[in-house]
Amino acid sequence: MIKNILNLGDAALYCDFGNEVNQETNSNVIKYFYSVKKLNIKGITNLTPSYNKLIISFDLNTHSFLSLKKKIEEIEIKEGNKLEQNLIKIPVCCDNNFALDIERVEKKLKLKPDVILEKFFSKNYFCYMTGFVAGMPFLGDLSKEMQLKRLETPRVKVPKGSVGITEQFCNIYSFETPGGWNILGNTPQNIFDASNQAKPNLINPGDTIKFYRITLDQYNEIKK
Amino acid sequence: MKSKNRNYFKVLRAGINTTYQDLGRNNLYHIGIPFSGVMDKRNFQLLNSILQNDHNSPVIEFAYQGPHLKYFGRDIFFCITGNVSFKIKSKEAVFDGNCYQCYLLKNGDELDIYSTNKSVYGYLSINGTFNVDYYWGSCSINTQAKIGPNNGAKFSENLEIEIIDVNKFFSKRKLNYLSNTIENIRVIKGTNFDYFSKSSQDKFFKENYKVTKLSDRMGMRLEGSKIENIFDPNIKSEGLVKGVIQITSNGDPIIMLSDHGTIGGYPKIATVISADYDRLVQLTPGSNLKFKIASLADAETLYKLYQMETNNLISQIK
Repeated sequence: MIKNILNLGDAALYCDFGNEVNQETNSNVIKYFYSVKKLNIKGITNLTPSYNKLIISFDLNTHSFLSLKKKIEEIEIKEGNKLEQNLIKIPVCCDNNFALDIERVEKKLKLKPDVILEKFFSKNYFCYMTGFVAGMPFLGDLSKEMQLKRLETPRVKVPKGSVGITEQFCNIYSFETPGGWNILGNTPQNIFDASNQAKPNLINPGDTIKFYRITLDQYNEIKK
Repeated sequence: MKSKNRNYFKVLRAGINTTYQDLGRNNLYHIGIPFSGVMDKRNFQLLNSILQNDHNSPVIEFAYQGPHLKYFGRDIFFCITGNVSFKIKSKEAVFDGNCYQCYLLKNGDELDIYSTNKSVYGYLSINGTFNVDYYWGSCSINTQAKIGPNNGAKFSENLEIEIIDVNKFFSKRKLNYLSNTIENIRVIKGTNFDYFSKSSQDKFFKENYKVTKLSDRMGMRLEGSKIENIFDPNIKSEGLVKGVIQITSNGDPIIMLSDHGTIGGYPKIATVISADYDRLVQLTPGSNLKFKIASLADAETLYKLYQMETNNLISQIK
């Protein structure tokens, strides 16, 4: 499944699963990620799965690139194994105060707001990876007619809970951070909780997300 | 908590970006949580060694200007590492202290860490342990994700820094050492090195880059010759590690540091070798650096040498 393993600096393996970004490639990355994680190899300090890569960081006092590369290449992954997938439902309010970029999306996609939101809510989304900031899920795929580029000038502050789209992907901002995704709404649901050390993040790679629309009253009720 | 036996510092001035740090937290990149931990690991190791603390004891890290603290409790020793100017104010005297030496603090004494010199980070600890909470095995504060003790926030005025487990068998020791920075930063070619034009690749290794003010625990932004991307200014977002140098869409390099975002979509031109990381992070805004190419084998050897050098310094503590 791994096409090639390169070094990323002197203390990380860069495992390449191919150039394609699709659920099949990504499922392989995620399977590999869980398999390596399960082995609990001493001296591996971090695993970062993404669309089509897996980065394995290690402690230079324990391993060298070549010795760890050999170890990883020897791991047997059962290709047939299905991913464990949870279906997670996320409420989203698209009130004018939250849908920061609806007008821009309307213009770029040449679709009416109702149609945009209907298309957005009609699909289930697959979680390719979690990261950039703590707990932020990268979800896909949006249908072709819903795809547009990120903002030309990123926002300095995107409100926490914002739900945005870019290219074939959507995400949820787990914190107030800078960002350039087109914001369609906001979820009152907390998707990252640092005080819950056993399970801080709501969404894991491989999960399926179903967004459902709520009113402002319902939003405020959940937020309480 | 307000018992008579309490030992604590009261923060009179918080300083800039003052936080608790240790060696950081592992195995959380996949949910977006970076290592964090001390920026300058050597100065952290030296501090805990001088104070005869556990090798991963929490320390207080500060940038540019440290905190001004007033101490309450029974006699305690403190030490500061890095290249730092500080004053000790007791009832009897006011005097400047030296880094890598232990000083006594009595009830009511003040410690004013007024600046780091030609460097960014300094470290303070005591012959004992700060009373901190652990999150995923680490007390490092990550202000971006609000993780760590003090609600994941940097120190603020009037905070009380609680001390527990004072080491009574402590003996005063010191090290003669001057913390240094380096201008030549050695790097390994990145996974997207061939995204950039030949002339930009050459410039990257020939010209000076200047550290800008837009640098913090997350990243160091550089200014200099623009790096021309001839392939694709974006890549599919993928994992990052500390020391990775990405080229942003306007052609400027940005180096990922300890609190970096775990995923990034800019091409990677190079990665700073592990041996040079401690000294890289100490480069102040306005200073120049030059990138020098290293092979993977060189980097591994240089790391071993750097570790030996640190161990050698630890053995010189008397």
